[in-house]
Amino acid sequence: MTPALSTFGLQKRFGGVLATSNVDFSLAPGARHALIGPNGAGKTTFVNLLTGVLQPTAGRIRLGDEDITRLSPEARVKRGLVRTFQINQLFAGLSPLETLGVAVSERRGEGGAWWRPAGSSPGVLAEIEEIAARFGLTDMLEAQTQALPYGKQRLLEIALAFACRPRVLLLDEPAAGVPEAERREVLATIAALPRDVSVLLIEHDMDLVFSFAETITVMVNGAVLTEGAAAAIAADPRVRSVYLGEDAHG
Amino acid sequence: MTGMAARGRWSWPERAFWLAALAAFFLLPKHHLILNEMAIMGLFALSLDLILGYAGIASLGHAAFFGLGAYTAGIFALRVSADPLTGLAVATAVAAAFGMATSLLVLRGVDLARLMVTLGVALVLGEIANQLGWLTGGADGLQGISMQPVLGLFEFDIFGRTGFAYSLVTTFALFVLARRLVVSPFGLALRAIAGNPLRARAIGVPVNRRLIAVYTVAAAYAGAAGALLAQTTQFVSLDVLSLHRSADVLLMLVIGGTGYLYGGLIGAVVFKLLQDIVSSWTPQYWTFWIGLILVVLVLVGRERMGAPWRLAQKAVRARWGGRA
Repeated sequence: MTPALSTFGLQKRFGGVLATSNVDFSLAPGARHALIGPNGAGKTTFVNLLTGVLQPTAGRIRLGDEDITRLSPEARVKRGLVRTFQINQLFAGLSPLETLGVAVSERRGEGGAWWRPAGSSPGVLAEIEEIAARFGLTDMLEAQTQALPYGKQRLLEIALAFACRPRVLLLDEPAAGVPEAERREVLATIAALPRDVSVLLIEHDMDLVFSFAETITVMVNGAVLTEGAAAAIAADPRVRSVYLGEDAHG
Repeated sequence: MTGMAARGRWSWPERAFWLAALAAFFLLPKHHLILNEMAIMGLFALSLDLILGYAGIASLGHAAFFGLGAYTAGIFALRVSADPLTGLAVATAVAAAFGMATSLLVLRGVDLARLMVTLGVALVLGEIANQLGWLTGGADGLQGISMQPVLGLFEFDIFGRTGFAYSLVTTFALFVLARRLVVSPFGLALRAIAGNPLRARAIGVPVNRRLIAVYTVAAAYAGAAGALLAQTTQFVSLDVLSLHRSADVLLMLVIGGTGYLYGGLIGAVVFKLLQDIVSSWTPQYWTFWIGLILVVLVLVGRERMGAPWRLAQKAVRARWGGRA
């Protein structure tokens, strides 16, 4: 089966530093895949290459059957490659309803429509409500985004990416900063994402990684150290030494 | 989702505002000249609100489009046709085209760079108008404009009656259009871009395309305002392109408040009233007072002054929901 997302010999050089070194990576359709690695391993650069914020020095990126290496970030989103951010990137001054409205309108190709009120075309509101229900935001659609509890803001962060109808969703530390009391809801929502979305989780939190991921890729110094099923990775002595050993207690 | 139905409906403060404008036409015949200026500057400030209040683009050279519209309308009236509506349309189109062309420069930078680029464009245009004396009249201004009646029916008079009616109707029509625009998906995308351009891009919003579009519309509006000034006063001077023109319009918008469309209109009325009152009282020092008011307004904050602005702001901002 064609992978949902794959890279071939992907490389990014910043001056003399090789931030991403010859990465061959593939994300299976419907995957629950985690990308882990110590700080400075190159995870962020890798994500920026995938989303098109950075251009690779060498190598190719493919989304499904299509080569997207040279596409703009917006064009990749349109094709179904969407990310969330480690630190919430929401819209100051927009309510959750409006926030989701931007994404839904844009995905439907109506983002430039200026002659009718937002949310007036059939189906837009229903779609927003459906997304809100999935992410537990129904009762707070018209609240002030900044006034929401942090866990809810975190859910809105993911809901906003989900509203773009991703085929591949890149979750960057989705539970980071969420207080213990709200954590369970965030984790349960992530676990309940539909299987037609392939998920790549970029994460430090080992509890979350092992509860969510079926496959794990370990990145060290910009290169893939190893990849495999979660249980195998947990037992791999190399992984323990470079990564788990350093970070398991931290 | 009760707030949804209210979108697009005109709230009572909005109705009251436009009824007051209409009443001014009938009840204040002696003040039509200054009312005309208020309507024109209100439209000009509204155009700045579209880019600053909605898309987050600050400009120190918005007079470039105002002045271009004024000169285009004046020259068009002298050399091609003195029909006001045709001239208005041509001036608006020219300003829009120039706005679209210069939007590419504005997009490249962030705040400080944008301020400098917009300022620079206006300065360049001002100097060009100064040098092309054969076309613009240079420092003497563009004289001898004589407009035909509006729609062939309404002669321009020295009391500004027709002028004010013409400016008010034009401003209202463009306001209605702008009001539609800001509550649309396009307007929503602009506010998202202003709030977080990085994320807007990351959910597939073509940020540059949206910004070019709104910058072009704002330039068109400013051009229309300039054309109204040229046509109703039948004179254009280099002043329309000057830095203080750009600064004044920014002042008006800040006085009235950004991001709810009425700010520019209210600001223009307040600004002109102050100018009129203070300068009749102490002609030399009016800028002292407007400067002081500006400082107080920005430092104390409009909200804490308990201003009536809030009512209107609240009414217009109740678009997608109950946000104040």
